[in-house]
Amino acid sequence: MSRFAMVIDTRRCVGCHDCVVACKTENGVPEGYCRDWITEEVHGAFPTVRLEIRSERCNHCDNPPCVSCCPTGASHVHERGGVVLVTHDKCIGCKACLAACPYDARFIHPDGYADKCTFCIHRVEKGLDPACVSVCPTHCMHFGDIDDPQSEVSLLLQSRPHHVLMPDAGTKPCIFYLT
Amino acid sequence: MIALTALTELTLSRHNPLVDPHLHIWEWQIPVYLFFGGLVAGLMIIAGVRLISLRPQQREALVCCTIGPLMGLVFLSLGMFTLFLDLSHRLYVWRLYTTFQITSPMSWGSWILLLVYPALSANALAHLPEAVPSLAKRFPILVTVSDAILARVQWVVGIGVANVMVGIALGIYTGILLGTLGARPLWNSAILGPLFLFSGLSTATALLHGILVVTTPDEERPAFADFLLSALAQLTQARPLDRNIAPVLARADNSFLTIELTLIGLFLLGQMTSTGIHQQAASLLLTGPFAAVFWVFVIGLGILLPLVLQSLELNNRIRHTIAPVILVLFGGIALRFILVYAGQQSHWFQPLN
Repeated sequence: MSRFAMVIDTRRCVGCHDCVVACKTENGVPEGYCRDWITEEVHGAFPTVRLEIRSERCNHCDNPPCVSCCPTGASHVHERGGVVLVTHDKCIGCKACLAACPYDARFIHPDGYADKCTFCIHRVEKGLDPACVSVCPTHCMHFGDIDDPQSEVSLLLQSRPHHVLMPDAGTKPCIFYLT
Repeated sequence: MIALTALTELTLSRHNPLVDPHLHIWEWQIPVYLFFGGLVAGLMIIAGVRLISLRPQQREALVCCTIGPLMGLVFLSLGMFTLFLDLSHRLYVWRLYTTFQITSPMSWGSWILLLVYPALSANALAHLPEAVPSLAKRFPILVTVSDAILARVQWVVGIGVANVMVGIALGIYTGILLGTLGARPLWNSAILGPLFLFSGLSTATALLHGILVVTTPDEERPAFADFLLSALAQLTQARPLDRNIAPVLARADNSFLTIELTLIGLFLLGQMTSTGIHQQAASLLLTGPFAAVFWVFVIGLGILLPLVLQSLELNNRIRHTIAPVILVLFGGIALRFILVYAGQQSHWFQPLN
């Protein structure tokens, strides 16, 4: 079994939005929508202010509430790598999955179905990296099989402190941010 | 989208329609659907109980368990239509009925809704010829069906129990639909299930009470009163009802309203004694942007005022009118509007690293 995950180095990310543009181009994301985005979080008190820049998207959770609430089975976990996907012609557009996602990672495509990041599964199945990973100019994004202890992503997580988004939501995200 | 606290700034480049700056995926269609769902659930439970407990000397009360289910069928269809309007991929709605997803409340609900139609229809058919004689005269088969049902006690009990069970399932489902969405802290409470069930029971009781009031001959009634409901009663050609049932319904409605008020209190108590995000979610209703409408329309006009008015009616201080009925119905729909809209504004926060 494989479990795909993404590891993003927040000390390298400069928030250039290349990943966003690559995703929109690769996946034909409609104008005015985005499957991934940049978040800048600033906190602290001067002079110890801290800035973290993150490239965010669907977390392809191990415990995805968007899948368990779907009434038609359109939202499902793909057999390869545990990627969370939406079958467009099964989706009725009830929007329950949008309400169930604590990351607000989904949106309603202008054609009516729920849409989101797919980890570029069509590229991954050909042995390529997701589009966002492949274009990152600072090489801050890494993609691989977290179940393989010798994979790049596993080694990074073993060697660097990291966090996930909203761990208390209980969704077990598969995108990790190195700090 | 920028969220500011004292020393934290969060900036997102995301700008997805219906999602940013805060979730607003569900508009009027969903609260209206939830209201009709609760109302139909209440009508089913009352109709089922009345069908089982009906005694021959209570023939005048037959309309309560016949007109109620007939109205329930109309309200259910209206509710399902508003739900259909909310869908953004409507042509694929049939996909709901090609599968059963055990973890999805919406999947449960779609199948429960299908059970409502036969259960309500059977309940209405049991005494339809007696309640609406003109209809039976026109369609004699209704008499045959009614006789077939009433000739078998186990059928009557079975239909009554089925209505109560499906009604409870439907009423709880409308609350659980929101309650299982853990990403929205305001909704994430199992109390929403019984709360929507008892709210549905109170609105259904109020509706039957209202029909009872307006179909009761009363020469002293002001001319302006109850034009629409009177017209409805005339259309269905319902017989005048036993006035003694009005206090029973008013007393039942007061009980349901009291339970509803208690459940709202427990719901808010649970939120306020839970995690920070739940406290913040509850503050949307208690002191935040929804506080005024929540306290005035849901608690004040929707529950407390009809409780007082119906108590005065029961003590014969004032006449039975449809004023508390309208207030209860208004309160029921206001509760769902406010919870649906406020719930979408409640969300989780990323802890500081």
